[in-house]
Amino acid sequence: MSRIGQCFVDLKANGRKALIPFVTAGDPNPCVTVPLLHAMVEAGADLLELGVPFSDPMAEGPVIQKACERALMHNTSLRDVLAMVKTFRQTNNKTPIILMGYMNPVEAMGYQTFAQAALESGVDGLLTVDMPPEEAGDLLAALAEASIDPIFLLAPTTVDERIAKICADTSGFVYYVSLKGVTGAVNLDVAAVAHKVKQIRRHTDLPIGVGFGIRDAETAQRVAAVADAVVVGSAVVSRVAENADQPEKINESVCSLLRGMRAAMDA
Amino acid sequence: MSKANLPDTNGHFGPYGGRFCAETLMEPLDELLAAYERLKHDASFQAEYDKDLADYVGRPSPLYLAERWTERLGGAKVYLKREDLNHTGAHKINNTIGQALLAKHLGKTRIIAETGAGQHGVASATVAARLGLECVVYMGAEDVKRQALNVYRMKLLGAEVVSVTSGSRTLKDALNEAMRDWVTNIDNTFYIIGTVAGPHPYPMLVRDFQTVIGREAKRQILAAEGRLPDALVACVGGGSNAIGLFYPFIDDETVAIYGVEGGGDGVDTPRHAAPLCAGRPGVLHGNRTYLVEDDNGQIIETHSVSAGLDYPGVGPEHAWLKDSGRANYVAATDTEALQAFHDLTRIEGIMPALESSHALAHATKLAPQMGKDKIIIVNLSGRGDKDIHTVAGLEGITV
Repeated sequence: MSRIGQCFVDLKANGRKALIPFVTAGDPNPCVTVPLLHAMVEAGADLLELGVPFSDPMAEGPVIQKACERALMHNTSLRDVLAMVKTFRQTNNKTPIILMGYMNPVEAMGYQTFAQAALESGVDGLLTVDMPPEEAGDLLAALAEASIDPIFLLAPTTVDERIAKICADTSGFVYYVSLKGVTGAVNLDVAAVAHKVKQIRRHTDLPIGVGFGIRDAETAQRVAAVADAVVVGSAVVSRVAENADQPEKINESVCSLLRGMRAAMDA
Repeated sequence: MSKANLPDTNGHFGPYGGRFCAETLMEPLDELLAAYERLKHDASFQAEYDKDLADYVGRPSPLYLAERWTERLGGAKVYLKREDLNHTGAHKINNTIGQALLAKHLGKTRIIAETGAGQHGVASATVAARLGLECVVYMGAEDVKRQALNVYRMKLLGAEVVSVTSGSRTLKDALNEAMRDWVTNIDNTFYIIGTVAGPHPYPMLVRDFQTVIGREAKRQILAAEGRLPDALVACVGGGSNAIGLFYPFIDDETVAIYGVEGGGDGVDTPRHAAPLCAGRPGVLHGNRTYLVEDDNGQIIETHSVSAGLDYPGVGPEHAWLKDSGRANYVAATDTEALQAFHDLTRIEGIMPALESSHALAHATKLAPQMGKDKIIIVNLSGRGDKDIHTVAGLEGITV
C-alpha cells in the first residue's frame, strides 16, 4: 500500500481526520522548507502538500501567488523541490508528501523523467491544478509505473458523471475544491460542502479531502466533521509571508496555527 | 487530407490545444461548447451576427491594392486586407461581437476580458456598452502605462479596467487574473477571450468568428484578379487575425502561408516574443502549445515593441500548422516593424498598428523575391493611432 493509503488506514483506525498543510517550496527561501516540513509534522500534520512554484499560478489567490514569486526569486525549480523531499526523507520515511502545482514544469522535465525522479526522492502523490483526467493518459501511465498517486480535483461545478470518471483515475485521496474561486477565498459554505461530499461519497471509497477557504481552527473542525481530510494552504502561507523577513520565526508561527487546528479537529 | 478539419471533439489540433484548466471551469466550458455548437447552425443567430458585422462593424472590409508600395518593393503585387477600417480599429471586434452574442444567449450579465495592447479590451468594452452588459477588463500594469489612450477609451465606454500587478505585469498576467475572476464568478460571467488560445472551445470559436477575414479576402481577390493569391502574410501574437485570414485558404495548397512573430531584439537574443520560432511545446492558459519558457518550465517574460504581440504563447492551431508544415512562421524585429510602420504611412497614407507592421515587414522581404505576376495578401489587422505615443517615444519626441 502507498504511504498515502497507509496513512488514511491508520487515521481511520484511530478515529482521526487528516490535517494537510500546504507550503510553497522555496518560500521565502529554499533553506526554510525542509525544517518547516518537519516542524509541521511535529505540530500534527498527517500529510504534507508541497507547492511547486510556477510563474503563472492561475488558480491561486494573492497569498500563494506571492509565495510563488518569493520562491522564484531564488529560482526554485521542480528539481530543487524533489531534492528537498529527498532531504526530508532522510529523517522521515512515514509522512506522505504530495506535490501540488501546474503542469508546465512537469511537461518541461518529461513525464517519465519526473515520475522516476519523484519516486527516488520519496514523493507520494502529484496534484496539478491544470491537468484534468481527459488529458492525463500518458501522465497517468508514467505515474503508475513509479507508484505515485495521481490526485485530481473535484469542484462545486463537477457533475455526477464526471465525479465518477475522475474518482476512477484518482488514487490516494480525492481533493474537493470547496468553493468557486481561487485559493484563500473567504466565502466557504460548510453546509454546501457537506452536501457535495455526500454526493462524491456515492461514487468512491477513497478518502475525501477538502481544501480552499479553510483558515482557522473553527472551520477546520467543521470541515473535518464532514470530510476525511482538511487541506490548509493560504492560512499557512500567510504566516510564512508575515515572517518572510525573520525566517527563524516561521516554524513557530505556522505550528501554532496547526496545533490549534489539530486540537479542534481531535476534540 | 484536409488540414482544416480540426480540432477533434476534445479540442485537439494534433498534439496541441485541449483543455488544461481548473476543474471548476470544465462544466462551464462544456456548456459553452454545447451552446456554441447549437447556435453555430442556428440561422437566426448567424443572421444576427452577420447583420452586426455589416451595420455595426462596417464589413466587408476592403481588399486594397497598395500600388505605390508594390512599386517600391519591386516584386509581387501586394494587397492589404483592411481590418484597420473596422469599428474600433482592428479585427478584434469580429470576435467580441460573436462572443457577446453567445453571452447574451447564455443569459450572462457580466463580461470579462484580458487585454495587452488594449484593442481587445476596447472591442469588448464596446460590445458590452452596446448590449448593456457589465464589463471588467484585466490589463497588465506595464501595459496600462504603455497604452494609456486605450485605457481611457475603455473607461469612457463604461468598463472597469483592472491594473494587474502580479508576475511580469503584462498580457499573460492579465490572462491569469481574468481566469481567477472567471472561476470565482462563473455563475453570471462570460469570459471573452481575445485570441485563438485558452481551453477548448475558445481556439475554435474565436477562429470561426475571425474567418470572416479570410472568406471575404478570398472572394475579393477572386473578383479582383480572377485567381487565388500566392502568399498570405499576417502577424502572430496569439494569432487570431492570422488564423482568420489563413483558415479559409488552408486546403488551397498553392497558397503559401506566413505567420510573423514579434522578434523583439532578435530571436537569437533573450528579448523576443516568438514561441513558434524560438520556443518549445508546453502547457499554459488552458492549452498545449509552443511557449517561451526556461529549462525548468517557467514562463519567461517576452519582449516586443508591439504590446499585442508581447505574449509567451500562441494559438494551438498555429502550433499544429507549423509542425504539419502547412504554414511558415518567421519573426520580424522591432526595428524592422518600425521601418514598415513608417514606410506604409509615408507611401500609402495608411498608418498600421505596430502588430500589423510585423506582417508588413515580412512582406517587404518576401515581395522582391517573387515575380511581378505574383500576389501577396497582407492582413492589416489594425490601425496605428494607438501606437503614436510609442513610436514618438522611441524617437525621443513627446506628444
